[in-house]
Amino acid sequence: MAKLTLDDLRKLRDEKQKAIEKRDPSNKDAQIIVGMGTCGIAAGAKETFNAIIDELDAKNISHVLVRQTGCMGLCHSEPTVEVIVPDMPTVIYGNVNAEVGKQIVNDHIVSKRLIDNHICDKPAMDIVR
Amino acid sequence: MSYKQYILVCGGTACDSIRGMELFNALKTAVKENGLINEVQVVRTGCLGFCEKGPIVKVLPQDTFYVEVKPEDAEEIIKEHIIKGREVSRLLYDKEQSKIHVAIEGIDFYQKQFRVVLRNCGAIDPNVIDEYIARDGYKALEKALFDMTPQDVIDEISKSGLRGRGGAGFPTGKKWSFAAAQPAGQKYMVCNADEGDPGAYMDRSTLEGDPHSVLEAMTIGGYAIGADKGFIYIRAEYPLAIKRLENALKQAREYGLLGNDILGSGFSFDIEIRLGAGAFVCGEETALLASIEGNRGMPRPRPPFPAVKGLWGRPTVINNVETLANIPVILLKGADWFNKIGTATSKGTKVFALTGKINNSGLIEVPMGTTLREIIFDIGGGIRGGKAFKAAQTGGPSGGIIPPQFLDTPIDYENLAKIGSIMGSGGLIVMDEDDCIPNIAKFYLDFTVDESCGKCAPCRIGGRKLLNYLDKICDGKGTHEDIENMREISEAMSRASLCGLGQTASNPVQSSLRYFMDEYKEHIDDKRCRAGKCKNLLRYTIDKTKCVGCTACARVCPANAIAGERKQPHAINNETCIKCGQCYEICKFHAITRE
Ligand SMILES: Cc1cc2nc3c(=O)[nH]c(=O)nc-3n(C[C@H](O)[C@H](O)[C@H](O)COP(=O)(O)O)c2cc1C
Ligand code: FES
Repeated sequence: MAKLTLDDLRKLRDEKQKAIEKRDPSNKDAQIIVGMGTCGIAAGAKETFNAIIDELDAKNISHVLVRQTGCMGLCHSEPTVEVIVPDMPTVIYGNVNAEVGKQIVNDHIVSKRLIDNHICDKPAMDIVR
Repeated sequence: MSYKQYILVCGGTACDSIRGMELFNALKTAVKENGLINEVQVVRTGCLGFCEKGPIVKVLPQDTFYVEVKPEDAEEIIKEHIIKGREVSRLLYDKEQSKIHVAIEGIDFYQKQFRVVLRNCGAIDPNVIDEYIARDGYKALEKALFDMTPQDVIDEISKSGLRGRGGAGFPTGKKWSFAAAQPAGQKYMVCNADEGDPGAYMDRSTLEGDPHSVLEAMTIGGYAIGADKGFIYIRAEYPLAIKRLENALKQAREYGLLGNDILGSGFSFDIEIRLGAGAFVCGEETALLASIEGNRGMPRPRPPFPAVKGLWGRPTVINNVETLANIPVILLKGADWFNKIGTATSKGTKVFALTGKINNSGLIEVPMGTTLREIIFDIGGGIRGGKAFKAAQTGGPSGGIIPPQFLDTPIDYENLAKIGSIMGSGGLIVMDEDDCIPNIAKFYLDFTVDESCGKCAPCRIGGRKLLNYLDKICDGKGTHEDIENMREISEAMSRASLCGLGQTASNPVQSSLRYFMDEYKEHIDDKRCRAGKCKNLLRYTIDKTKCVGCTACARVCPANAIAGERKQPHAINNETCIKCGQCYEICKFHAITRE
């Protein structure tokens, strides 16, 4: 990637913002986001991350983008996973081990049901968007 | 098929204990009876952190927040809210009650926290610079480089009222203006990511979750003070943060957001990482500079301040990670947006690492002026196991122990100092009735004595002396004269130590002597530790009327200090007992007492 000029940077930001609003350009309309700070990883977030990807593959689900992010602040409930699905409220799940990770794919993504006993409160509103 | 609405019922232990499960079942029944089974899903959640007002019910997607809901209210919630779309107003949380809510204009729903520093943590992939850019990343840098002079930037930061989050709370704008006022030439911008407070981890989480915000802020700082070089001093114990920083630096350089002629503005700036070995004293700014220069990490007297004579004798601004993470937001949203958040003297938010005997430990960010009660009970979900709150410690080993009477004091720099503590970096450790205060003071002192660099006598000798007295008291051998000596040494240390480490090391002792004298007295006069933490003051005895002679205690005792015939009451030999407490834990008949 070449160095950006001011115009390049603005254009890039615009494009990326639009991509986020429309969700992902590559036909993925849902997202599963795994918190992978030191706290999450120590609690097993890598296993969760892999379990989710494996389960999506096993069920041939291709419309879900799996991403990672930093600490969501809910260290008491690591690993934490945020799930964004159109027409459903965005939810953060806590204490998501590999088993619950699979459940997220099967219940939340496929059956569009929230999962009992794992929902955490979203900590704060977003000041950027 | 997908549901139209979701009813979330808190399933935390606190809410459960006040008929939370019954409420959950009542809501499910009401949904079924009203034929909504395909429209509405009722789910149980983890603790929603607001246990004082439980049971909590949330309705999505509207985000309605109901408090103190009873099973009898289920029918009304379904009939009114779900079917007719009218919120049940008598159950709504009274937003006006919350200071956090009124702290910010334009937010009309209840939020416990307000995230400025952590705005991107948990929202973006920290390995992908484009995600940062999409969330207005590097826009503040754009604005600074192309629409503002260095002086404009400093003025805006000064006007915002931002103060250093690394401990001392020095006004950031002022610090920058000192360095800017030095004659042009080599200057440096340094980020302090040493994070030595053992109870704090917000700097690590910020760097792991949003590394670019710190890089952007350092570049803005460089532009403001006229520096072209920056260093991030981070402890080697933070490998993930270092990896993400390295990756972020590489991406920023590739995009030309670091390096020569940034975005064609003519301004050049680059950043290097320096690894520290994890010494507490290396977080002190002059020791940190010595360490970057390759010397032993020992503080030196100030003045000259680093802003005048810093790295290699050149003007240097040192800022904490959290301080820096605020900078881009201040430039983008404006000083006037920022200085409306918080209290008269302390603007903006503060991130706390909430740990100890708390239900929901974690990283939280709240406006300055939030009270300990709001943090501990509304956000933290209260004390673990329903025990009684005894004290909170802010500022880590340099801070004070805060007793319950200050639960409602708005937290800012001045108020914390007034009650004998400090803001510090934001560690917040909660203690309950099972914690012994002299023992806690001993724990912190043990840490600072270990970490003292040894250069100045008050800190090196005074700290050791204090620790000896605390040891004596916890062993039941203390005297009232010891307390007087501790007071005197503490004061001498605060006044005569070379650096902040020694000056603040006695804070846990001073504050605990001030607020928890009765516990010290008990240790000295009655040889008693009410929390049962000081081993040498404990005595285990077996109540002969309760003991059934099951032999469980005798079998578990590693010192063979318990004797007795099968089915006959046992007895503990206090000469050989090592007070490990295993008999106490294992006895099913509560026959063993500990005093
Ligand atoms: C013993 C001691 C340890 C310190 N540790 C840290 C630290 O870990 N991180 C930090 O940012 N500041 C630490 N400080 C404060 C720094 O000396 C300095 O004030 C701060 O980095 C300035 O940045 P700020 O103005 O943004 O707060 C420490 C100070 C003392 C006396
Ligand atoms: S248990 Fe319900 S809010 Fe904590």
